[in-house]
This record gives sequence, C-alpha cells and structure tokens, in this order.
Amino acid sequence: MEIPKSFLGYKRENGRAGTRNHVIILPVDDISNACAEAVANNIKGTIALPHSYGRLQFGADLELHFRTMIGTGSNPNVAAVIVIGIEPKWTKKIVDGIAKTGKPVEGFHIERTGDIGTVMKASKKAQEFVMWASEKQREECPMSDLWISVKCGESDTTSGLAANPTVGNLMDKLEPLGVHLCFGETSELTGAEKVCATRGATKEASDKFMKTWSSYNDFILKEATDDLSESQPTAGNIAGGLTTIEEKAFGNFQKIGNCKFVDVLEPAEEPKKGKGLYFMDTSSAAAECVTLQAAAGFNIHLFPTGQGNIVGNPIEPVIKLTANPLTVKGMGEHIDCDVSKILSREMNMSQAGDELIKTTMRVANGRLTCAEALGHKEFVMTKLYRSA
Amino acid sequence: MATDIIIHDEKDNVGVVVIDKITPKQDCACWIMENDKTVKIQSLDEIQLGHKIAMVDLKEGDTILKYGHDIGKVVKSIKKGEHVHVHNVKTKKW
Repeated sequence: MEIPKSFLGYKRENGRAGTRNHVIILPVDDISNACAEAVANNIKGTIALPHSYGRLQFGADLELHFRTMIGTGSNPNVAAVIVIGIEPKWTKKIVDGIAKTGKPVEGFHIERTGDIGTVMKASKKAQEFVMWASEKQREECPMSDLWISVKCGESDTTSGLAANPTVGNLMDKLEPLGVHLCFGETSELTGAEKVCATRGATKEASDKFMKTWSSYNDFILKEATDDLSESQPTAGNIAGGLTTIEEKAFGNFQKIGNCKFVDVLEPAEEPKKGKGLYFMDTSSAAAECVTLQAAAGFNIHLFPTGQGNIVGNPIEPVIKLTANPLTVKGMGEHIDCDVSKILSREMNMSQAGDELIKTTMRVANGRLTCAEALGHKEFVMTKLYRSA
Repeated sequence: MATDIIIHDEKDNVGVVVIDKITPKQDCACWIMENDKTVKIQSLDEIQLGHKIAMVDLKEGDTILKYGHDIGKVVKSIKKGEHVHVHNVKTKKW
C-alpha cells in the first residue's frame, strides 16, 4: 500500500495542526466543575472537562497539575479555551500558559462573583469562541503534523500476538515520514525493562529509561502489601490467558515495532527533540495515560485491546483495534479496526498495519471514533501524592 | 490445515490457542511466527482461545519462554499438551 503523505487537519496559530476542533471549558479545580459544566450545557458545541483535583497540591504534584491543564488547553485539537477556577491566581497561570500558543483563551474566577454570575460571563465568551471556531476549515497538512500516542488495555494474549504488533507495523511505516510517536506505561514494562532499555536511540535515552523504571519499581516495592497479583495482571488479563506481568510486558512492548526512542518524557511533558518515538513515564491505567499523552500535545491515539477496553478522551480521538474475534463479536461497537484475521492467518502483519493506517487517516480527517460516537470522554488527572 | 496454535519464537516452550478452544486429545497444528515453520502437538486439556499450551514437559523451577524471553517460573510440573496459566506458573518479579 502506498503510505499517505497528508491528512486534512485544522492549522493552529503556533504551527501545529489538529485532527479535531474542540472549544473546551476547563475547570482549574474540582469545585469549579459545576460552573464549567453549566457553561458547556449553555453553549452548544463546547465541552467541559471536569476532574477531581486542583486544590492544595504542592511541589512536583502541583507542577504536574499545571502541566496537564496547560498542555490540554494547548493541544492542537483544541481551537479555543475557557478556564474557570475558584481563585484568580492559578486560573491566570493556566490562561497565560495556554495563551503562548496564540489561540483564544479567557479565564474566569468564581470567588466574589458566584457560580451564576461566572456562568453568565463565561457563557458569553464561550459562545463567541465556538462561533468563531465553527468557521475553521480543514486544510491539507503533512503527515509530520500527526502526533500519534499509543497505549494498550484489557490486554490478553491476542494483544501481544497481533493487535500490538499491528501498531508496531504502523510505527515502522510512519516513523520515516517525520511523525511524533509516544508510548508509556512504566509499570507494564516490568519484566521487559532491560530489553526496552536497549531500544533507546542514545545511551542517554536508555539510561534515562532505566532510571525512570527503577524509580517506579522502588515505589512499588515500598508500597506493596503483597505481590500485586490482584492488579498486575488484571482479572481481565488473566481471563484472556495472560499469566504474568513479564508476559504482559513483552506483549505491550510489541507496540513500538522496530523504532528506537529518542527521549524519556516526564508525565504530560511536551517532546522537545523533534520527530520520532518518545517514552513517557505514565500510569498504565488507560484514562490516566491517554490524558497525559494528550496534554503533551499528541493529537491522535491508537489503542489496541484484547478483552475490550472502552476508554475515550475528550480532546484526543482514541482508535481501538483488536485481534480477539470474541471481542469483535461481543462488543463490536467499540472497535474501529478489526485485525482478528491475523489469528486465522487470513491477514498478515503488514496488511493489518495498512488497515490500521487507513483507519487512522480516516479518523485524522474527521471520521468519529467508536469512543467519540459512544460519548467516551474520560479526562483523568494523574496525582503523584497526598495534598497539603 | 488451519492453525490452532501460534508460537512467537522458536525458543518458546509455550504456544497460544487461536481458535475458540481445543479439546483433550486434539491433534493441533502450530505455526511458529519467527521462522514460519509448522509443528504438531496433541493436547491433554481443554484450552480456551488466548490461553497457553505447554510444548514440552516442564518441571518445577523451569523458566517459561515466550517471545523468546523469560516470562515466569513453573511452580507445579506441567506435561507437554497441558494448559499453562496462573495455577502452574508465577512471575519472577515482585
């Protein structure tokens, strides 16, 4: 198959391009969710991103909160942003961070005004933003404007056999076109960590990966009350035939094909070393991981599943693929790309990779994913430790 | 003959069932992805889609190889053709 050279995206003020054109209402903190949701209810075509945190956080945990908030607003899939927080200072910090992209952004704080007054003011601005954004047209963008993140979930042995290597095949074919790629899931590389470290493009990248993984493993050993066998592998993994974390890790690792990672990113950190594959230190919980990758600027997500994870994200379209025929049969409404014919050997890996590229291009050009059509918009902040 | 079991790597001592299930005494066709070879095995257990079968006899303490790599240790001896899972294999981590 000839690999496409371009897609139809929304060009943004900072030179990036989006696969979507969202106007988001972003609450700074948990207690501003009601106000943000009221604005999104008033003004059609906007979307609120409620979440659970943003109060009394400090240190690295607070930095991650701001990085996730500012990164989400800055993502090229977002045309314009309304930020709503309880206090002016943190609200302004997020507004100023997003404003660096050049996109329209305005902040509102609730103290001294109350929900109703804030909803009125913010709704007026949100209406202005959404009507402005609605005139944006898709334009031809080079493939290098695609930033593709990957994460697998509810994995089983068919993930490692077929769905994950299909993603790897896509990476091998698209990497030469200058796309940005990102994989994460620090915990779920346990058992394959030494092999993964050899895939650093430089010694520096390999060392940084081992340092990140070791730090995670030390934390697990410190906090674990037993052997984690209740969580890793999960009950769903075990039902699907996965026996150990090592087996899960080697299956997981198939997603990067033959690519080498150029750098290791902090959670929600934007890549700074140009095109190519990046590893991000993330949780292996689906919604947390995709939220962090979207906040780092990734604009389309590939999600291979075995038993059928159903996750979506409010701003980054999540494409599901599976090789498990029972999952296709039982919950096909969640599957964008069916590669189950790999198991019956009616499809080889290269053909599966081509199918996934076709699906990815259609979604990049505007086709809704199953998760979008079903209303999945899980926005889950990662919290590092207890609040002050 | 259709493929019943896929093996990732020639070094692997387990394969993955890729049809709905295999039944005891079934003669199964196995395909090794790495080198495109085909081998045969007779199953001893009923094994569901996605679950693993032992390609050789394995004793306690042996290492399970899949993807050509160590994925855990045998904690209860396993006969060639038997189901390999959490009842007879454990992680070496944690």
